[in-house]
Formats: sequence, C-alpha cells, structure tokens
Amino acid sequence: MNALTATDAGLVGCTRCGRVWPKDEGHCARCGAHLQAVDRHRLQAVWAWWIAGMIFYIPANLLPMLVTTTLGNAQKNTIVGGAIELWKHHNYGVAMIIFGASIMIPVGKFIAVAYLAVSVGNESRQGGKPHLHMLEVVEFIGRWSMIDVFVVAILSALVQLGFVASIHPGPAAASFALSVAFTMLSAQSFDPRLIWRGPDRERK
Amino acid sequence: MTAPFYPHDHDLSGLIACPRCDVLHRSEELADGQRAKCTRCGTVLMWPRKNAFLHVVSLSFTGMILMIGAIFFPFLEISTRGLSHESSIFGVAMAFSDGFLAPLAFAVLTMIVALPIFRFVALIYTLWPLANGRPAYRHAATTFRLVQELQPWAMAEIFIIGTAVALVKIGGLATVSLGPAFWAFCVLIIVIALKNSFVSDWTIWNAIGRK
Repeated sequence: MNALTATDAGLVGCTRCGRVWPKDEGHCARCGAHLQAVDRHRLQAVWAWWIAGMIFYIPANLLPMLVTTTLGNAQKNTIVGGAIELWKHHNYGVAMIIFGASIMIPVGKFIAVAYLAVSVGNESRQGGKPHLHMLEVVEFIGRWSMIDVFVVAILSALVQLGFVASIHPGPAAASFALSVAFTMLSAQSFDPRLIWRGPDRERK
Repeated sequence: MTAPFYPHDHDLSGLIACPRCDVLHRSEELADGQRAKCTRCGTVLMWPRKNAFLHVVSLSFTGMILMIGAIFFPFLEISTRGLSHESSIFGVAMAFSDGFLAPLAFAVLTMIVALPIFRFVALIYTLWPLANGRPAYRHAATTFRLVQELQPWAMAEIFIIGTAVALVKIGGLATVSLGPAFWAFCVLIIVIALKNSFVSDWTIWNAIGRK
C-alpha cells in the first residue's frame, strides 16, 4: 500500500482531531492537543503501564474480593473463588460473565498489548488492519473488566442485613481496579500509527 | 515518489491525517448521512448527520436530567425475613468508603456519576452556540477535547450491567426491588448510545475552528 502519510509528507497529524500541521509545530492550534510525531520510543510508556497493570493484577487474584458474613460465619472469596461459587449454584451465565470480565479479558489484554508492542518494527509481522482491529477490541473491551468492581460495590452497599447477612469489599477490589486502569492506560498509550511503520522507515 | 511538497500553512486546513494510521486525505463537504472512511485502515473520519448538534444538545439535556434523578431516587432495596436495606447510587460508591479502600469510593463515583455528568455539560457548552449558528464559546476546544479524552473513563453502561450481575447473585438470598433510579439509569444508557451516534468529531472540530 502506497498511501501518503502525514509523516512521509514532512507534516504531523493531530491524533486527536486529525488536523495537519507543519512538522515542527508543538501543539494543535485547533484542538490544543500535544502533537506527537510517530516515534517508537513512545512504546516505553506502553510497557510501563503494562508492567504496573501486571503487578497489581497479582494481588487482585490472591487477596479476597468479597467478604460475606452469614449468621456469624465469615467467608472470603477471591475473584476465581466467587466465579466457582456461582457455577456451583448453577448460575452459569453470571459465572461466565465474571470469569470472562475478570480473568479472560485482563489476561487477553496483557497478551494482546504485549504482542502489538513487540511486533512494531518486526519485518515478519502481518501488521496493518488485523493489528489495528486487535487494538480496537482491546480498547473497547478493556473497560468492561471494571464490571467486577461495580458488582462488589453494589453487593456491599445492598447486602447489609446485620447478623443475617452482610457483604464487605476485600482489598482485591482496589488492586483489581488499579490493574484495569493501568492496562487501559497502556492500551491508550499505544500509538496505532506505529503499526504501519516498518524498521526501514524508522531509521532514516 | 516525488519530493514532498510543503504546502503553505493555509492549505493544510483542507487535509485530514487519519488519527489511527496517519494517511493523508483531502477533506470534502459531505452530504448529511454520508460517511468518509480512511482508505487504508477504514477508521471513520467524518460522519455528519442532519441536525446532529441539536440532537446531541437535547440528548445531553435528557441524560443530565436522568442522571440527577438517578442520584436522588432510591436505587435498589433488598428484603428477607422481615429485614430490609436500601441503597442509592451514592451509597453504592460509599461501599468502599471504609479504611484504605476510600480512594476507590471516589473513583467509582467519578466513573459512574461525575464523568457522565461532566461530559453532558461540556457537550452542551460546546455545541449550544454551534447548533444556533453562532461562533463557539471561549475554551470550547479544550472542553471538547476533554469530552473525548475522558470518554473511556465514563462507565455508566458498565455499571448497569454490573447491577444486573449483582441482582442475579443476590437473587437466591433475598427479594430485590428496583427503584426509580435503576430505571433512570437504564434509560440513560440508551440516551448515551444515541448521543454518541450523532457525534462526528471532525465535523465538530471544523465548526469549533471556524471563526
């Protein structure tokens, strides 16, 4: 494909509003966004947020997400434990939503973002549209992981029946929310314009 | 390829660089309802719709009223064995207010209430004068840029699906009654989706940039 890019034309395009400016311009005069040249070094931000997200994802799975007290017995559930519990009570649909949103989506995101970042500049990569679609799926679906945090909030706010039953949030809620936020930032810092720029054009 | 031609600054206003893949396109006046897509990656560059600004403004007003209703009316109530407990949307965020989870309460409140409201207000501020054919208000560009940048963090629609999941979880334990705030939130999701379908970034930026 030989489409002329703004970078090839010696210009810089605003990634926020699409307006085109001369190369040395620092800010878009129309929308005020910072003008960012296509630059592989920006991948450092992607990796930094990626690692931060990974670090917080570990306690998110090891610590309890929910503490349920029924008739004086406290039961602590991790994310996976909660999904298994639901499955045992034959709530298959909801168990799958929780499992999907809290395990499959985050893990899939880590893999997808790492794959996209690693394949930038790799000549053997397929690149192009499939990679952009992958990034768009990650951006679209990544936010949905936050669903488990909201479920914990709603359950803890609602199930407050004193001795009979009460639910409190566990520390995993905070680390999970942070992990989701960091991976969202990681995906957002990935500059999709890099997908189309091979190593030969980077070097000049 | 021939040496790149450096057009004078003025000529650049007719060009669009695809925000996703950087390919240059010449912008053209589109008829309402027509869509312009990037030739390389397929990203929608322009999608003007008839009376779009007016639609966005009125849907934002609707959304704002629904959200205010959702904050003040009861959200959910559970009852079992003569005991009952109810919670508002505010109470849901406050579930995290104990101890070191407190910042999470603030974050939840921001994601489900503050950001959606901010985006409604900011859209009205940006598009109200434009819908009436007047020049944009001061700082309209900054305001609309914030609207776009904060979009991923406004999670009202995720919250309502979370509610559905929570309801199924409680279902076996207790009777749950849905308050007006729950229904207001459901309608709100539809209003947000409709509003988003009328927002064409390039068209709005063009209108803001016009002096």
